Amino acid sequence: MQIWLTLLVVIAASGGLFYTGRSRALAITNGDATTLHSKPAFHGGMLLICGILPAAFVFLVWTFVSRYFADASVASLLGEEFKALTELEQGAFLRSAFGFSQSQNIGDVTAVELTAIEGYRNFYNFSNLVVQLIMAGLVIGGGYLAWRQIRVDLRARQFVEGAVSAALIAASGVAILTTLGIVLSLIFESINFFQKVPFFDFLFGTHWSPQSAFEGVGSEATDRNSEVFGAIPIFAGTLLITTIAILVAAPIGLMSAIYLSDYATPRVRAAAKPILEVLAGIPTVVYGFFAALTVAPFLRNSGEAVGLSVSSESALAAGLVMGIMIIPFVSSLSDDVINSVPQSLRDGSAGLGATKSETIRRVILPAALPGIVSALMLAISRAIGETMIVVMAAGLSANLTANPLEAVTTVTVQIVTLLVGDQEFDSAKTLAAFALGLVLFCVTLMLNVVALRVIQKYREQYD
Amino acid sequence: MSVATDILQPSVKTANETVKMSGRNVSVHYGEKQALFDVDLDIVANQVISLIGPSGCGKSTFLRCLNRMNDTIDICKVSGEINLEGQDIYDKAIDVVELRARVGMVFQKPNPFPKSIYENVAYGPRIHGMTRTKDELDEIVTSSLRRAGLWEEVKDRLDQPGTGLSGGQQQRLCIARAIATKPEVLLMDEPCSALDPIATAIIEELIDELRENFTIVIVTHSMQQAARVSQKTAFFHLGKLIEEGPTEQIFTNPHHKKTQDYITGRIG
Repeated sequence: MQIWLTLLVVIAASGGLFYTGRSRALAITNGDATTLHSKPAFHGGMLLICGILPAAFVFLVWTFVSRYFADASVASLLGEEFKALTELEQGAFLRSAFGFSQSQNIGDVTAVELTAIEGYRNFYNFSNLVVQLIMAGLVIGGGYLAWRQIRVDLRARQFVEGAVSAALIAASGVAILTTLGIVLSLIFESINFFQKVPFFDFLFGTHWSPQSAFEGVGSEATDRNSEVFGAIPIFAGTLLITTIAILVAAPIGLMSAIYLSDYATPRVRAAAKPILEVLAGIPTVVYGFFAALTVAPFLRNSGEAVGLSVSSESALAAGLVMGIMIIPFVSSLSDDVINSVPQSLRDGSAGLGATKSETIRRVILPAALPGIVSALMLAISRAIGETMIVVMAAGLSANLTANPLEAVTTVTVQIVTLLVGDQEFDSAKTLAAFALGLVLFCVTLMLNVVALRVIQKYREQYD
Repeated sequence: MSVATDILQPSVKTANETVKMSGRNVSVHYGEKQALFDVDLDIVANQVISLIGPSGCGKSTFLRCLNRMNDTIDICKVSGEINLEGQDIYDKAIDVVELRARVGMVFQKPNPFPKSIYENVAYGPRIHGMTRTKDELDEIVTSSLRRAGLWEEVKDRLDQPGTGLSGGQQQRLCIARAIATKPEVLLMDEPCSALDPIATAIIEELIDELRENFTIVIVTHSMQQAARVSQKTAFFHLGKLIEEGPTEQIFTNPHHKKTQDYITGRIG
C-alpha cells in the first residue's frame, strides 16, 4: 500500500516537472518552438532531473544512515537494565526490537522491550515525515530553480545528455563495485585463513582432510592445521576433471562448429544450432544426475567387463559429462569466430583449387585460431568453476591421483562441503572455503584475461 | 599514366586464334531472378578479353561461371554449356578442384591469407602437390613473385605477413599466388578497383606481360583500362551479351547503339 502510494507520488511529481518544463519552454517562445536552442522535451527533462535527483539522493542517504540515528535515539530512552548488557547483547536487543517495531503483532514483550519498540515507532513516524517534507521541498525548489533558468538559448540538451551519460556510468559502476566487493570479501576472509594456516602449507600441502582440523588457538592448532589443509589433491582433482572435459569438448565442439559454419546447409544449420544451444540450457544438476546415475554405472560395468576396476564415483564420469556440458560453449563461440572469417578468404582459397577441407585446415582455422583459443579458455574457466556435476559424480575423497578411474574431488566440491551444515564461521574449516574460492577466482580470472588478450592481439590479422 | 599508354593492344590476327574457353547459351538464375541470358562467348588463348558493362549487367556472374565459383552460392543455377579446351566444365565427370587449378582467379578486393608472403604464394603449389623438394617450391615462389613484379619489394621479408603489404602490393601478391599454381586461364574480377592509379598502372603492365603464358579474362568498370589491356572486349547489358569483338572495333566502331551509348557515357 505504502509503496504503491510512494510510486504514484514519484510518477506524478516526475510527470508534473516534465510537463511544467516543456510548457514553460513553449510559452517563452510564443508558440514557435523552432527558435529554441534545445527542443521543449529537453527543457522538461532538465526540470525533471533537477527536481528528482536531489530528492532521490536524500532518500538514498537517509535509507542508509537512519538506523544509526534510530538506534542512538532508542538507546538513550532505555534505562540501566539496557546499559548493563554487553555491546553484542545490546546490538541483538536493538535488532529484535526494531524487527518487532516493523510488524503489526508484537505478542508478549517485556516493559523494556516495549519501550524500545515504541521508541523505534515514534522515531520513524516523526523522522519519515520530516524526510518526506524535505524531499518535497527539494523537488519543488530544484524544479523552481531550473524553471527560472529556462530561456530560448538554454543549453538544456547538453544538460540532459550529460545526465544520461552519468546514469550510464553509474549503471556500469554498480557491476564493477559489486565485483570489487566480492573480491575484497574473498581476500579478507582468506587473510584470516592464512593466519591460521600458513600460505605455502595450504598451496603446496599434499594432505587434505579439513574434518580433522583442530579447532582452537595456539601453536598446536597451527601445526595441526598446516598438515590437514594441503590443497594440492583438490587442485589436482580439478585439473584432472577439467582436462578430461576439455579433451571431450574441444574436438567435438570444434568439429561441430566447422560443420555448422562451412558444411551444413542453411536449413540444417537453422535447426542444429538452436538444438546445440539447448545443451547449454540444461540445468547442471540434471547433468549431475545423468553423470551419477547413467554414465558412472555404465563406466563401472564396462570397466569390469575388460577387467579394470572403476570406482563408482570416478573423475572420468564427471569429466565426460562436464565435457558434454561445455560443448555448446566451444561450438557456439567457435562457430561465430569461423563465420567471421571473411568470405573473400574462402573464395581466394577455392579460386586456387583448394578443397573445402584444405581451405578450412590451412586458411580458416589459422585465421580463426585466436578466437577459437579464447573460446576454449572460456570453456575451461566454465569447467573449473562447475560444481553440481562433480558434487554428484566425482566424489568427496581428496585422492592425489592421476588415474581418471578413481574418485577425486575438486575445489568447488570442497567449498560446498566446507560451508554446508552448522559451522562456526570463524573456524579454519569455513575460512578455507574462502581461500579456495580466491584461488579459483584467480585462476579463472587469469584464463579470461589471457583469452581476451589473445583475441585483441590477433583480431586485426584479417580484414 | 605513361606506363599504360604504350601497351595498347596490337592488331589481332584472326587466323592464329585458338579458342581456349567457350560459352554456349549460358544462363544463370539466382533463385527466381535470371541474371544472365543465353550468353555465347569465345575466349581466345593468350589474349586478354575485357568484360565491360554497367553494374549488375552480369559480367562478374559470367566470369564466376568460368571456374564454377558460383557453386558456392546455393541458390545459383547455371545452365548452358561452358567448354575448356572442348570439355564441358559443368560435366559430372569434371573435378571442380582441378578445374580451379587450371582456371585461377584474382578478386576485386585483395584477399591475401593471414600467412607470410612466402606461404601465400606457396599455398597453391602445396595443396596441389606440385613440388618434390623445398628448392622447387622456393623456385616457384620466387618466379611467381618476379612475374607479378613484387619480388624486388618483398625479397627481404618473405616471412612477414602478406596482410601487412599495401593494397597494390597485396593485389600483386594475389596475382603471384594465382599464377604459382600455373593455371591456363586467369580470371580477374575488377582487380584494380581498390587501387590507386600508380598501382593500377603496374598491374595493367603486368597483365600485358602475363598474356604470353596465360589466357586472361578481366572484368572492369574502367573503359580506359579495357582499351589499354585487352585485345577483345565484350559488352554486357542487363544480363545479355550485347556485343563482342576486337577492342579497337568495340571502342571505335561499335555495331550496337547500346554499346555506343555505354562507351560514350550515356548509360551505365
